[in-house]
Amino acid sequence: MLQFSFWDILSNLLIATQWTIVLSLIAFFCGGIVGLILLFMRTSKIAALEWFTKIYIEFFQGTPLLMQLFLFFFGIALFGFEVSPWAAATLALTFWTSAFLTEIWRGCVEAIPKGQWEASSSLALSYIEQMRYVILPQASRIAVAPTVGFSVQVIKGTALASIIGFVELTKAGTMLNNATFRPFLVYSLVALIYFCLCFPLSWWAKKIEGRLNVAR
Amino acid sequence: MSLVSIRDVRKSFGTNEVLKGVSLDIAKGDVVAIIGRSGSGKSTLLRCINGLETYQSGSIVADGIEVAGAATNLRELRRHVGMVFQQFNLFPHLTAAENVMLAPTVVNKVSKAEARATAAEVLAKVGLSEKMDAYPSELSGGQQQRVAIARSLAMRPKVLLCDEITSALDPELVNEVLRVVEQLAREGMTLILVTHEMRFARDVGTKLVFMHHGKVHEEGVPKEVFAAPRTPELQQFVGQVG
Ligand SMILES: Nc1ncnc2c1ncn2[C@@H]1O[C@H](COP(=O)(O)OP(=O)(O)O)[C@@H](O)[C@H]1O
Ligand SMILES: [Mg+2]
Repeated sequence: MLQFSFWDILSNLLIATQWTIVLSLIAFFCGGIVGLILLFMRTSKIAALEWFTKIYIEFFQGTPLLMQLFLFFFGIALFGFEVSPWAAATLALTFWTSAFLTEIWRGCVEAIPKGQWEASSSLALSYIEQMRYVILPQASRIAVAPTVGFSVQVIKGTALASIIGFVELTKAGTMLNNATFRPFLVYSLVALIYFCLCFPLSWWAKKIEGRLNVAR
Repeated sequence: MSLVSIRDVRKSFGTNEVLKGVSLDIAKGDVVAIIGRSGSGKSTLLRCINGLETYQSGSIVADGIEVAGAATNLRELRRHVGMVFQQFNLFPHLTAAENVMLAPTVVNKVSKAEARATAAEVLAKVGLSEKMDAYPSELSGGQQQRVAIARSLAMRPKVLLCDEITSALDPELVNEVLRVVEQLAREGMTLILVTHEMRFARDVGTKLVFMHHGKVHEEGVPKEVFAAPRTPELQQFVGQVG
């Protein structure tokens, strides 16, 4: 019979936490890139592109993340492709994150006064140039706080990847609980680690949000 | 040969017909002052000229480019038709010089150094050489509006559209902007100005256009039109404003 000391449990959880962090970073980074592309499409005034992004966003915002994970994990396998939990989790979290970031950022773009569009249009800038040089530099300032705030949701979202067998913090907690039968200790530690990851981010988001409000 | 030719232009917002068949010919070097009551369609007309608004029928040709809906080469059009707005609309994250340099570098692919030289030149012209590196928030309204004029001038436009560019200014700042516009007029720049400054329209304008209910109600040489308005609507308008 294997014996787990407190330190064994904690160190195993911390090792798994690395995967939670890696998955969060990748989902956030890739989701950010996809989100930025979608943002250009969503605000392009080109009907077909706007419709595509609207449906995309409705789908990923309007269905449970868990279902999306299943879809990527089991769904793609139906077509004969082998999908690792790691790949499925990365894909699902990326798309899910991008849908939310696009909507957050669209709000920031729409907060920029119409006059900025008209002035840059009148200077013969194209839509992409307007976004690049005039709108996004201003929108990104107001986007920082809600974007950082949303990163907390991404971290918590990675916990669902445990269900398709990806070994991150939550999955490690479940495995350690099965081995030790000390659910209160194990899950308290799991919660505490999530809190340590998320709290600084939400605290920071609140702080910069407050600073922006004062500046206005 | 007119530089801007407007033929029987009609424009509606939904069921609200705002331009009801407007025709105007503007020659190179003309300084056209458009006056009229709020809501008479002055801004809409100006915005149709550089394609910020589309219109339903008629035609507008500016500097040889037909302004007609989706097929218009808006980029080419707007390189030659500048516009200055009531609310300045400077880019707040850029300095005065950067505001002026943006379009030449991005649209005309001019080098940074050359664009900076142009910025220095046009900012000097509007009397703001000292403010090149100031941000819009550090400038007064009059200074911001002069930067906005310089920003348009940097593209060397053939025509400059000005929509009530002194209306958002404190009274004591109006003159510094009008002086710049007057200077441009003297240098031969073609200007189309929507304005409430009647004295300026009379003294600087070469052509006066009175718009009423979406139509050109009266037009002519400013001094003559102001001295003897023919229609009761203009008589009343001049009586109220002047
Ligand atoms: N974007 C718009 N949508 C709907 N109606 C508009 C819009 N812009 C202007 N209008 C209407 O068109 C009319 C003329 O407006 P405008 O050209 O701004 O007049 P002016 O500049 O002479 O005050 C007004 O009745 C105004 O309400
Ligand atoms: Mg107006």
